[in-house]
Amino acid sequence: MAEVTFERPGAQEDARPARRRLADREGFLAWAMLLPAVVYIVALVAVPFVLAIAFSFSDVTAGDPTFHWAGLRTFRRALDDPVFWRSLRNTFVFTVVSMALIVVLGKVLANILVADFRGKWLVRLLVLLPWTTPVALSAVAWLWMLDSIYSPIDWALRHLGLLDGNVYWLGRPLQAMASVIAVHVWRLTPLAAVIIMAGLVAIPKDIDEAARVDGAGFWRRMLEVTIPLTLPVIAVAALFGAILTFTDMTVVYVLTRGGPTNSTQVLASWAFIRGIEGGDVAQGAAVALFLFPLLLAAAIAILRAVRRMEVL
Amino acid sequence: MATVGVSSPAEAERLRRRFARRHALARVGLYLAAVLAALVCAAPFLWSLVTAFKQNRDLYNPENNPFSFNLAATPDHVLYLFRDTAFLTFVWNTFWVGTLVVAITLVLGLPAAYSLARLDRRWSGRMAIAIFFVYLVPPTLLFLSLSRLVATVGLQDSTWSLVLVYPTITIPVSVWLLIGFLKAIPKDVEEQAMVDGYSRLGAFVWAVLPLAVPGIVAVVVFAFTLTASEFIYALAFVSPTTEKVVSTGVPTELIRGDVFFWQSLQAAAIVVAVPIAFVFNLFLDRLVSGFTMGAVKG
Repeated sequence: MAEVTFERPGAQEDARPARRRLADREGFLAWAMLLPAVVYIVALVAVPFVLAIAFSFSDVTAGDPTFHWAGLRTFRRALDDPVFWRSLRNTFVFTVVSMALIVVLGKVLANILVADFRGKWLVRLLVLLPWTTPVALSAVAWLWMLDSIYSPIDWALRHLGLLDGNVYWLGRPLQAMASVIAVHVWRLTPLAAVIIMAGLVAIPKDIDEAARVDGAGFWRRMLEVTIPLTLPVIAVAALFGAILTFTDMTVVYVLTRGGPTNSTQVLASWAFIRGIEGGDVAQGAAVALFLFPLLLAAAIAILRAVRRMEVL
Repeated sequence: MATVGVSSPAEAERLRRRFARRHALARVGLYLAAVLAALVCAAPFLWSLVTAFKQNRDLYNPENNPFSFNLAATPDHVLYLFRDTAFLTFVWNTFWVGTLVVAITLVLGLPAAYSLARLDRRWSGRMAIAIFFVYLVPPTLLFLSLSRLVATVGLQDSTWSLVLVYPTITIPVSVWLLIGFLKAIPKDVEEQAMVDGYSRLGAFVWAVLPLAVPGIVAVVVFAFTLTASEFIYALAFVSPTTEKVVSTGVPTELIRGDVFFWQSLQAAAIVVAVPIAFVFNLFLDRLVSGFTMGAVKG
């Protein structure tokens, strides 16, 4: 439609009402339309973020909300607590293990979901459940699955002759850790699959067909065509998985509250327990702040992956 | 590429059969994988469905088969959930909070997305990425200072605090998705509208927005799901029972001390989970295309 021309209001500009002229100026509009969203985000994300940093250098508590500068004392107090180090280690274990599993399973799931088969609609509905359900509710459903006495998993294992008594999924450090990771993976894999699906759908059909015609089998096509082409998207899915695991406290909070004896405590849940339940706002803020440098690194990595995707 | 080294008709037939067999095997594998994936993902819910209708004597016997009814099924616990708990209040709160948050998200997000997608400025690309990164600043980092902020404006223990704060989660990701949907609309649409006498702004409102409705609907569904799932802010800001939303109300109010109302809890999980997943599934393809479009430079 190259022949469509429109005249920018130039000559007759003076004849038009001022309001109309303003509504035609792109430079003005670009700012005016963007500004409300930016102001909102600055007010409710940037300001609280700066405030969080300020809190961590103070001695603010729920009972005494007046601000006193405390320098690095709050940090020292946070670091002197062995629970902090435990949480830090747990956070890393959770994130790394979950991310690896989420990516592999998400890729498999995405490949299933882009294929054509009967009953796909129902399968998709069931597969989406873990991610679309409010996480606190699905964690409650899992809480009962992992119950110390009535766990159906234990029941099945007992009847298969693999177990005597109970596993006590949430009552022992190692099992509790494994349970929390399993629930995270279960919950976030559908999201990773949806993101990877977006990448799979974007691969031009003829590339795959060309490989097929050249006689490449399923695994060959998967390893040499599909995976290299979707790598940036997979990276995005991995980082999303990592960030959502890294900063999430819901699963831990509902399933174990960090127990038994802090063996599943993560930085996020520890910050919540100190800052809200314990009322020690300063220390909660200091603990939460440790998440930030790592988040920043992950964000930069995402940006790189997205850049590469645009080149694709 | 008609010939792939086929020398004779017999050879061609042999090859064809081999491919057919391989194809059939692949189909069986696909169906098995699909059923397995569905079962693993839905397992806790399928099992919740059985649990919700169990009698106490059936449920609290570790010898009973947990996957079937050993005693007659009973609707008592499900009825209890609806009649004697604040569950419906939670659902209502989640619903109106979600609706308002989605409305705020669109009012602020749509113009922003249009500005970044179409009113090309030098800073448009960088600003779009900056807004997307806000999505990565987690509630975990902000809930402490936000809860002080919420207390300062007098909204502590009120559901309205969530209406105020939730758009921080939904706006960044919605803007990102909307940029993708808006870029997919041909520029000719606005140009024609302006030839027809609309202003630049009028062209956006009257010509572009109606065409963007499918994408907007997908964003609405996505934003609503995010709102309904949020837990940390809801837990930190709101404690009175009648002000709670589903995601905090169910896990805190249906557990008294150490007593869990298991059947009612499971029923609540199903009642909330299935409709959301159902609606989400309707718009999944559109969301998937939105993810990719947002990443493609227009």
